[in-house]
Amino acid sequence: MNLLGLAFRSLINRRFAVILTVVTIALSIGLLVLVEQMRSEVRDGFYRSVSGTDLIVGARTAPIQLLLYSVFGIGDATNNISWQTYRELAETSDISWTIPMALGDMHRGYRVMGTSEELFAHFRYGDRQALAFAQGGPFDDLFEVVIGHQVARQLDYVIGDQLVLAHGTGSTALQQHDDHPFTISGILEPTGTPVDQTLYISLAAHRAIHIGWERGTRMPGAEIDPDEARDRADELRPDSVTAVLLGLNTRSAVFGLQRRINDFRAEALTAIMPGIALQELWRITGLVEQTLRLVAGMVVLAGLLGMLTVLLTTLNERRREMAMLRANGARPWQIAGLLVFEAGLIAASGIIVGVLLALLVQALAAPWLLATFGLHVAVAWPAGDLWLVLGGILLAGLAISLVPALLAYRRTLADGMQVRM
Amino acid sequence: MAELLQIVRLRYTWPGETRPVLDIPEFTIAPGERVFLQGPSGSGKSTLLAAIGGLIRPDNGTIRFDQTDLGTLSTACRDRFRAEHLGVIFQQFNLLPWLDVRANVTLPCRFSKARARRAGNVTEAADALLDAMDLAPALRGKRADTLSVGQQQRVAAARALIGKPRLVLADEPTSALDHDRREAFIDLLFGQVEAADSALLFVSHDPALAARFDRQVSLPEINRTGKVA
Repeated sequence: MNLLGLAFRSLINRRFAVILTVVTIALSIGLLVLVEQMRSEVRDGFYRSVSGTDLIVGARTAPIQLLLYSVFGIGDATNNISWQTYRELAETSDISWTIPMALGDMHRGYRVMGTSEELFAHFRYGDRQALAFAQGGPFDDLFEVVIGHQVARQLDYVIGDQLVLAHGTGSTALQQHDDHPFTISGILEPTGTPVDQTLYISLAAHRAIHIGWERGTRMPGAEIDPDEARDRADELRPDSVTAVLLGLNTRSAVFGLQRRINDFRAEALTAIMPGIALQELWRITGLVEQTLRLVAGMVVLAGLLGMLTVLLTTLNERRREMAMLRANGARPWQIAGLLVFEAGLIAASGIIVGVLLALLVQALAAPWLLATFGLHVAVAWPAGDLWLVLGGILLAGLAISLVPALLAYRRTLADGMQVRM
Repeated sequence: MAELLQIVRLRYTWPGETRPVLDIPEFTIAPGERVFLQGPSGSGKSTLLAAIGGLIRPDNGTIRFDQTDLGTLSTACRDRFRAEHLGVIFQQFNLLPWLDVRANVTLPCRFSKARARRAGNVTEAADALLDAMDLAPALRGKRADTLSVGQQQRVAAARALIGKPRLVLADEPTSALDHDRREAFIDLLFGQVEAADSALLFVSHDPALAARFDRQVSLPEINRTGKVA
């Protein structure tokens, strides 16, 4: 049994206090790792959700608000873009493709988006990946709907199932469009983005189900018969859309086009570059992140100081043990080393348990983040930089243990073979 | 015959004190000699043991152990010397409660390779000593704090004797025992000290034991300070 073995068995002898100390450090490390991991994963999740889109256009609003309601389904638009303006945008020579988004309906907690088939051709997520169908295909009939992976999984839907949309968003989605049931034509492959949480219908269908709802509620007798709507599908179009995703022919035109859209005279519009808006979002949330980091760092420090307290309080009751070791030939530095070893074992155990704890919390939080924000948070080991931080914390723990180690060193020299209390 | 331990004009004053606690003109122990040292509490017995163990450095004088002047050794060398040549039995035995009996006995060999070499197979040497001390094999894997006082004392003696140290320092090891157990322990201790060819410096209050030793020394008589700390 070497010095490490002695330290280990001494710790086992004081296991209650040691376990409490390890738990304290583990909780602090868990918090630190969780803050860092979630920050990184959430950022990745946001970046993954929109890629290959050059501009997002909506009614005049704050850039971050436009980004959040158009891409992430967080919050609502305060105004819409008229159909005429949308068409003008779509016909602009710099623009390669447009994906219109008509929001405002829900289905059992999932948002419904009226859009065009351009979505399936041009929308990109992650590393510029296109949407793919796990089953079925795009809507063909007017009252067909394509659903995201999570919608199908959570609601246990398969191709051919019928569903009814609700008017309004959030808690206001109380009235059903039950006179126009939709049939599922396609289920998308999982993307780990808000797409998984969304149902897609055509713009014509979006218009059809809202005929007779011009006052915000159903006017009996004013609605359109489904078969009649199918006959008139080519002429059905909404009066307005909530937002438009734009892809340009050349990326160099993006700044000029953004300026032109923001200066558009006929209607007050806002055009944003998703990456820039995300940067702005991170700048705003950065203060909160820094505060969380600071809090986590302080909690880690408190954990290490707790360890120091335990080592110092047990030092006095261990004087006899140390005098005995010394009488049996232990050098003062070996006794000091015993305490440093013990601190190292406590800190290392705390770090390992803390990382595992953080992974557990991540695993438990992942479904909630996916269900609430459509963000896919991977449960992964900390990245290289974080391991460096954890290594630094281990070193800090060892450095802190030098205080009781030095005290023990001096006491064993002073006590000799007998402990004079 | 050359002395194993030779103390000449030893003076020691605790830091912060003005009067010395030890002022000993001369004190010797021969190889294999069994010396009984008595003195009242505070007369400097433990300080003398610490000086012989190299844990404190005298202000004046020399402590020569087998021709080596401890005063000339560095702190690290004195630590190594103590681990190699001294066995210590404490009044309270001071076993590590969280180690089993065998691990307690082999502990000095963890800090001295020379002592481990002399012991040979350390575990077998520990078992042989525990056999000689009449400690049942079933107790050897048990934690030290589960043993009776008498059993703990025999474990402490085995720990002091493992690896055949040249000198065993026993600091009032029988003070917690009744008469019969005390006599039995002294018999066991003498037998093993003789087997290891070690000298023994036995500190005690109890004059009834003195007659069994080769020599009796009264610390107040050899310590000129006459001070009871």
